[in-house]
Amino acid sequence: MTAPGASPAGPADGRAQPLLQVERLTKHFAVERGLFRKARLLRAVDDVSLHVYPGETLGLVGESGCGKTTLGRTVLRLLDPTHGRIVFDGHDITDATERALRPLRRRMQIVFQDPYSSLNPRMTVRDIVAEGIRVHGLAKDRAELDARVESLLERVGLRRDALQRYPHEFSGGQRQRIGIARALAVSPELIVCDEPLSALDVSIQAQIVNLLLELQEQDRIAFLFISHDLEVVEYMSRRIAVMYLGRIVETAAARELWERRHHPYTRALLSAVPVPDPARKRLRILLEGDPPSPLEPPNGCAFHPRCPRSEPGRCDRDTPPLEELAPGSRHRVACFHPFE
Amino acid sequence: MERRALRRFQRNRGAVVGLVIVAGLLAFAAIGPLLAGHDPNTSDFAAARDGLGGPGGPSRAHPLGLDPLFRDLASRLAHGARVSLLVGLVATAVSVSVGAVVGMVSGWAADGRAGFVDSALMRLVDVGLSFPYLLLVMAIGTALGDVTIVTILLVLGLTSWFGTARIVRSKTLQVRSLDFVVASRALGQPSWAVLLRHVLPNVAGPLIVIASASVAQMIIAESVLAYLQVGLPPPTATWGRMLQEGQRYYTVAPRLAVAPGLCIFLGVLGFNLLGEGVRDALDPKET
Repeated sequence: MTAPGASPAGPADGRAQPLLQVERLTKHFAVERGLFRKARLLRAVDDVSLHVYPGETLGLVGESGCGKTTLGRTVLRLLDPTHGRIVFDGHDITDATERALRPLRRRMQIVFQDPYSSLNPRMTVRDIVAEGIRVHGLAKDRAELDARVESLLERVGLRRDALQRYPHEFSGGQRQRIGIARALAVSPELIVCDEPLSALDVSIQAQIVNLLLELQEQDRIAFLFISHDLEVVEYMSRRIAVMYLGRIVETAAARELWERRHHPYTRALLSAVPVPDPARKRLRILLEGDPPSPLEPPNGCAFHPRCPRSEPGRCDRDTPPLEELAPGSRHRVACFHPFE
Repeated sequence: MERRALRRFQRNRGAVVGLVIVAGLLAFAAIGPLLAGHDPNTSDFAAARDGLGGPGGPSRAHPLGLDPLFRDLASRLAHGARVSLLVGLVATAVSVSVGAVVGMVSGWAADGRAGFVDSALMRLVDVGLSFPYLLLVMAIGTALGDVTIVTILLVLGLTSWFGTARIVRSKTLQVRSLDFVVASRALGQPSWAVLLRHVLPNVAGPLIVIASASVAQMIIAESVLAYLQVGLPPPTATWGRMLQEGQRYYTVAPRLAVAPGLCIFLGVLGFNLLGEGVRDALDPKET
């Protein structure tokens, strides 16, 4: 596997140093641990490498249960990695203690999928948004704290009278805004957006997408944008990584991926995006079967049981490495028989 | 928040009734002994007797009559209120606090790097729950020998938290997987602060209900101790002891059992209504 750190310098701004660098990250969960049963391993994330540059968005797409959320939480050290290395702005945080992590926590934040369970129902909006400011002592006194909270609410498009209200008094979209304000409160450089749109109505989704893009532009925040909606990811991201069963199967610049999709799984995923034009004929690639269980991943390429191009004797035996098809294209595919 | 919680409380009729009952009992404990005008432990052989020469019923001097040892029942009831309410409230506070701390720590540590803490605490709870409760209490009571109100409080408080710890642990497991707890960790909040600010308020509902039921249980438990000769030694008056003593004369003088029984009943009712009222008032989702 090519180490992503070895790739040529990053995006257009020319900064070579990635903000977040993840190398061969693996996260296993032990499940069904019983007195007389051996623990089984759930390979949620398997040998994933990725990097995010300051101010850019890396989109992470894949089906439900492919390990996107686990990956997002592990890179923030909200879960402990099994193997691999996580480097945030030069600091190796793979095994950092909670205490050592605390100053870095201010710089990396998370926005959640479920706007209901992500806000403490017993706290006012003011206390929810102020939590990070208090933890990191970012306000000198009460007045400054209040001023900061108010300006944060304004930035995410909420009215001042929201301050003293409780989460249940708001709609899903408004609650998502509160969650974004909470993350913004500590002025992070990286936000992991863990499916921030999938619980919202389509019209609200567009508002939140625009809000995120606006905030990114203002503060140069980098996003690791996790979603199963390829269209949104392409709209949001500079680069995209496609994940299947804990592994990254294809990664490229967003525009490049839109034009050339080499991996059969990416093709299938993209062909599922609805096109708002009834006259246009679409070639739907229908995948057979369900995604295999990460408890018993198939040998070889995890996608081979559902892959139209799988070659017996090879795809079901060897794991294809994630490699550039054309040298220098920075379009990497993990497939023995990629589409041209 | 506080003002709105207060308004929710006021609008809840049951809660207000509970508050009135509890306040009444506390007032009875505070000023009742002064009003009763008799020493609770002195026999008044000069008082009027019943037809058989036994202790007399209600009279002007003794509004609730005398107990079998010719002591003023009203005065004993009032002094008993002090001991019983103190035992009920303080033992509950000890029990609920220990149970809450053990349960939250255990639930927080479960399945993580500190999973052994959870295992150790839960095995301790298993041991505590598998011991016959009374045997445990009696063993401690006997071992201590000299029983004062402090030992009663500690014995009752420290032997009754096991079930609470279990309940709080399972609720903690449920709450800690919610995203707002993850968010708080992501903000860099230390574990103790996450437990205090996010977990505790969200396990408070069951805790308050446990606590309000526990006050009555503690009052009864104290009387069981007294019955088994390991409680506060006589002649100290407590509601539980008076109930135990009165039950023997139930057919002749029902007032001896009814009076303390009614007090305990009012205590149970009052604390339960108050507890439920407080729980509902603290929930912002209640309108």
